Amino acid sequence: MSLKEIQIGDKAKVIKLNGGLMFKKRAEALGIRVGSMIEKRSAQFMNGPITIKVGNTNIALGVGMAEKIIVEVL
Amino acid sequence: MNKKLTNKKLMLIGNPNVGKSAIFSRLTGVKVIVSNYHGTTVEYTKGYLKLGDDRMEIVDIPGIYSLEPTMKAEEIAVKIFEEAVKEKNENIFINVIDSTNLERNLNLTYELIKRDIPLIVVLNFWDEAGHTGVSINREKLENILGVPVITTCGITGEGIKSLVDNLHNAKRSNFISKRISKDITEKSKWEQIGEIIEQVQKLKHRHHTIGEKLSDFSIHPLSGLLVAIIVLGLSFSIIRLIGESLITYLLEPMFENYWTPVLLKISALFNGNGILHDILIGQVIDGKISYLDSMGMLSTGLFVPIAMILPYITAFYFVLSFLEDSGYLPRLGILVDNLMHKLGIHGLAIIPMLLGIGCNVPGALSTRMLETRREKFIASTLMAIAVPCMAQIAMIFGLLGRYGLKAIIIVFVVLFVVWVILGLLMNKFVKGTSPEIFTEIPPYRIPYFKSLLKKLWMRIVWFIKEAVPYVLLGVLIINILYVLHVIDFLGNLVGPIITGLMGLPKETVGALIVGFLRKDVAVGMLVPLGLSMKQMIISSVILTMYFPCIATFTVLLKELGTKDMVKSATIMILSTLIVGTILNLVL
Repeated sequence: MSLKEIQIGDKAKVIKLNGGLMFKKRAEALGIRVGSMIEKRSAQFMNGPITIKVGNTNIALGVGMAEKIIVEVL
Repeated sequence: MNKKLTNKKLMLIGNPNVGKSAIFSRLTGVKVIVSNYHGTTVEYTKGYLKLGDDRMEIVDIPGIYSLEPTMKAEEIAVKIFEEAVKEKNENIFINVIDSTNLERNLNLTYELIKRDIPLIVVLNFWDEAGHTGVSINREKLENILGVPVITTCGITGEGIKSLVDNLHNAKRSNFISKRISKDITEKSKWEQIGEIIEQVQKLKHRHHTIGEKLSDFSIHPLSGLLVAIIVLGLSFSIIRLIGESLITYLLEPMFENYWTPVLLKISALFNGNGILHDILIGQVIDGKISYLDSMGMLSTGLFVPIAMILPYITAFYFVLSFLEDSGYLPRLGILVDNLMHKLGIHGLAIIPMLLGIGCNVPGALSTRMLETRREKFIASTLMAIAVPCMAQIAMIFGLLGRYGLKAIIIVFVVLFVVWVILGLLMNKFVKGTSPEIFTEIPPYRIPYFKSLLKKLWMRIVWFIKEAVPYVLLGVLIINILYVLHVIDFLGNLVGPIITGLMGLPKETVGALIVGFLRKDVAVGMLVPLGLSMKQMIISSVILTMYFPCIATFTVLLKELGTKDMVKSATIMILSTLIVGTILNLVL
């Protein structure tokens, strides 16, 4: 499942990053990499950005980005 | 040892939002000389640390996640870093880390260690880490990394003394050479960071804090909208309240009671006439000076920036600084992201727009936070056309206020509609991509009052230094243009457009000329023209839209390049003609 599909409040583990090198680098810089634990915190209406928590950091990302992040709900 | 240190530069480097600037401001102290150096690409903040009788240069590098930049703004930071590494005097690098996010921050630390440079690691937000249940073993981390590790709280200043005392202990790390394999792949980098974390950090499970609950509340689509309306409404009210109070109770009485008598004495020295008298004092009618109409350098030229604009600048930056320091703005950006994408920019572009309300110059500079050329172009153009700066807004308030709130509201509604329509059009026709938002949201923090006041003070000083001379120059130029009949000449030249299409008197061309220098003075020039409410509204709108002031233009030209600036300017002029004509027909 992608980060877009999981429910608000779900905790999940990142299992794959489906994107280009730049995307992966940026995600990694923000602490999102294979094995990271994330928690979905909110989603805007009409496919607006999603916010997640990684470690102690809150991150906002567009749905397109969220679709590239494959997770496994815990 | 001090002597040796003072030959070196101190480079502060770290992830965004780790409190580098607070530490920078602590180190440079009260006598801080913070200068913004802007070449074509380089932009950094420098100041000086006093060491006994000597001083040491400190550079605050913009935040980066990695030495391999993934964004334009990071490229500039990396360039500053690389240049500092190349210098022969062994500059000292201070890697500032957010203690509440140790693992992610160590990525940059790891890259810095690999570069074999004199390094000190600073664990900032040390107190906050405690509150969020993170405990880090400082000594162990120091041993593993092989460089001094110092704990600080930049905002209160805790640990800063220890940092200064330890500057001479900065050293190259032996972390890598201790490891057997020097050839380290990406994967094992994170494994090594993971090992470090396991050894030095303990996490206590915590329930969501009040700050986090507040964060969720202000990001949630429904409650967030409510928060946004309250915050923006409150901001607007506070700005008006502070601005108007300062004008009515402090600055106007000061000018009337203390400055007018001085001016009348000077006027008497000139026997009340002559070119020099008119340039300095302007028209004195019945022994009275009208600060708005007289157009003298010492009367209007001082009154406009100090008594009409400065109060609103102060009020605006007080509120903006509070919003900036609290961490609310990125949340507002997320909330409006969907709407902004329709205009071809993502939600965070709301920040350049808000900064632009203070002054278009910092607004234009902050478009650097946007990633692609297309976004920068759209955001800059929209800001330059439809976001009036506080100086101009203050004048519009002052002059249109006499027609009631309705006139002011019409001006801003028109500008907002222009902003939306132009954004929709540019999103359709400007080539390139506008990537999605992908950013860190800082935690909510209670603004530290002292640093907030300091920031406010710096912005006020900046305004006085940058604006007042230009206003005076503007008033001088107006006088010269009138004396030389240049305004009459140009007025006849473009009369058909201004009068024919927009229904304005041809003298308005004078305001358009001066508007290139200062928009506030330009609005002030409309006073003696005796315009009707409709004409005031139209001229306020077109003065905002037709072209940026010279300060903004210079920055935009640098940021966008000549080709895009020409495109942007074409959009400005065309949309001004269209909007001016439509308003003339509709109102």
